[in-house]
Formats: sequence, C-alpha cells, structure tokens
Amino acid sequence: MNQILTYSVYGSAILVMLIGIYAVLTKKNLIKIVIGLSIMDSGFNLLLVALGYIKGGTAPIFSPAVAGKDVLMVDPVPQALVLTAIVIGFGVTAVALSLVIRLYRKHNTIKIDEIKTLKW
Amino acid sequence: MKKLVIISLLLVLGYSLMNTFSDIEFGKKREGISSYFLEHSPDDLQVANTVTAIVVSFRGFDTLGEVTVLFLAATAMGTILFRRRSKHTGLNPQRKSPQASRIVQAAGKLLFPAIMILGAYVFIHGHLTPGGGFQGGAIIATGFLLLLISYRQFKVEHKYVTWIESLAGLSFVTIGLLGMILGPHNSFLENFLNVGSLNDLLSGGVIALVYIAVGFKVGAELTGILDTLINIRETGDID
Repeated sequence: MNQILTYSVYGSAILVMLIGIYAVLTKKNLIKIVIGLSIMDSGFNLLLVALGYIKGGTAPIFSPAVAGKDVLMVDPVPQALVLTAIVIGFGVTAVALSLVIRLYRKHNTIKIDEIKTLKW
Repeated sequence: MKKLVIISLLLVLGYSLMNTFSDIEFGKKREGISSYFLEHSPDDLQVANTVTAIVVSFRGFDTLGEVTVLFLAATAMGTILFRRRSKHTGLNPQRKSPQASRIVQAAGKLLFPAIMILGAYVFIHGHLTPGGGFQGGAIIATGFLLLLISYRQFKVEHKYVTWIESLAGLSFVTIGLLGMILGPHNSFLENFLNVGSLNDLLSGGVIALVYIAVGFKVGAELTGILDTLINIRETGDID
C-alpha cells in the first residue's frame, strides 16, 4: 500500500516536471516556453514538499493548541526551501517575460523559428 | 521524429528520477536536521512557526540573498524594458487598455484597504501563523494590481517605491549588522533582543522585525514589477 502511495505521489510530481521540460523543448511560442518553465518549477516544488511529509504529522507551527504537547510534525526544512524556490521561480518568470517582450519589439513575432537571427 | 527523440529522452530522465526517489518511502518519519529545528525553534527563539524560524534565523543569510535575487529581477526587468519616450508623443502616453466599469472601480476602492490590512497582518504575524514577509508582500502587491487594472489613470510613483524598497533592504542589513555587534556570539543576523514567550506577538526577537522589512521590500518590488509590465505600450515598432 505504502509502495503504491510512494510511486504515485513522486511519480505525479516527476510527471509535472517532465511535462514542463517537454513544453520547453518542443514549443515554438516563447510564452509557452515560459509557461513550461513555471510548470517545471511547480513540479519540483511538489516533489520537495512531498519528500518532507510525515504520515499523521501536523503543520510545523507550535500554535497554542499543540504547544507543549508531544505531537508529530512534518519536516519544516523542505517547506522553507520551497518558499525560497517559489520566489526565485517568480524572478525567473518575470525576467523571462520581459525578455520575450523585448524580442517581440525587435522582431515582431514570438515564434522562435521565425526569429532568423537566433538560428545557428 | 524530433518529438519522439525528446519523449524517449524524457522517459529516460523520468525513469532515473523515479528510480532515485522511489527508495525514499513516502510519509515515513526520518531522523535528520528537522528534529534540531523543531526542538530549538520554540525553545531558544520562542518562535511558533518553525518555517519562519528556519527562513529568517537559521538560514537568514540565504534569505538576504533571496531578497537580493528578487531585487535583481525587478531591476533587470526595468533595464530590459527601458525605452526612450518616442519623439512624436512626447510625454509618457496613457495606457491603451479600456477603462474598467464603474462596478469594478467601486469594488476595487472598497477592497483595497482590506487587502492592505490582510497583507500587513500576514507579515506582522509571520512568526505565529502560516505566512510571512514574502506572502504578505505578494498580497499587498495584489491590492495595487487591483487598483492598476481598475483605474487607468492610477500611477505608482516609482520614486516612493524605490525609497521603500531601499529602506527596507537597508534595515534588513542593519538588523543583521546589529546582531554582529550586540549579539552574544557576534554573528550576522543574530538575535539581540528579548525573545519573549511562545505565541506572543512580541516574541522571536529580531525575526518579526526582519520579516516586516522583507514584507515591505517584497510588496514594493512586486508593485514596481506589475507597474512596469502594465505600462508597456502595445506597439511593434523598432527603436
């Protein structure tokens, strides 16, 4: 039972990541590539948070209801790392979108195969 | 053909990732650094939210870098999208998007203070409840986004945004340096205030102060980014 859960949870997170990578590699539209990057990001965040889950654990917050009692809590470290990763992902998306806008101004298109100067 | 190659490569990647991660059993309790954090966050720092304790205190230097990355992203956007004002129109022209309806405008005006208060609540209580500086800053930026999309003539004064951003960043570094001078171990971002008691608003020492600074900084930065993006003129002409 636990084996099935392990495979399905990690598998779905990895699947989301692979979908993002597929979009980045195959799509011609630059906006779709940026969307692919952010899908990849969320897949990775999902994987990290899933790694920190402990069965029956509560959120790692010592609120008055749980303070002083011996309760099981999920791992807070992946959550802190994912908080960082989300912010970095936001920065990447913002800069990528502004580069797309710049390319559109220069070439009047957002299809990468129509931008001739990018071919090599 | 190309897609087939890519799919097979992705399958190989997925298989190897799955092979690695399937060894880690889902939902199992593990011994590691987390038990240290879960023990020392409520005892030494008197911070209820362990994630906040990790982000601001144990990994505070990393958060300073993270805030710097966000600042760099905002600056890079401004640099990439910078464009001299065109000669024939002279001043910065109005956005071409249509004016929002009166209902949207009234609702935006009504909701804006509530969103601001929610954002401030989220970053002031970052050490007690889920949330913190980044989340609260994002909420504040959504309030400004609401105003930006409902009022065409609404403009964010970049001068003030830059000032808030700089002062917040400066206070983060100043708190860190004060920890270096006044803290018991003389290390960067160390706590030098009274930690109070668990689940009090005034607990956690410098953690609350740092997260308030981060909240202001993130809110100002995201507002600046939204304003930059929304003021792009939809033209295809080449400079």
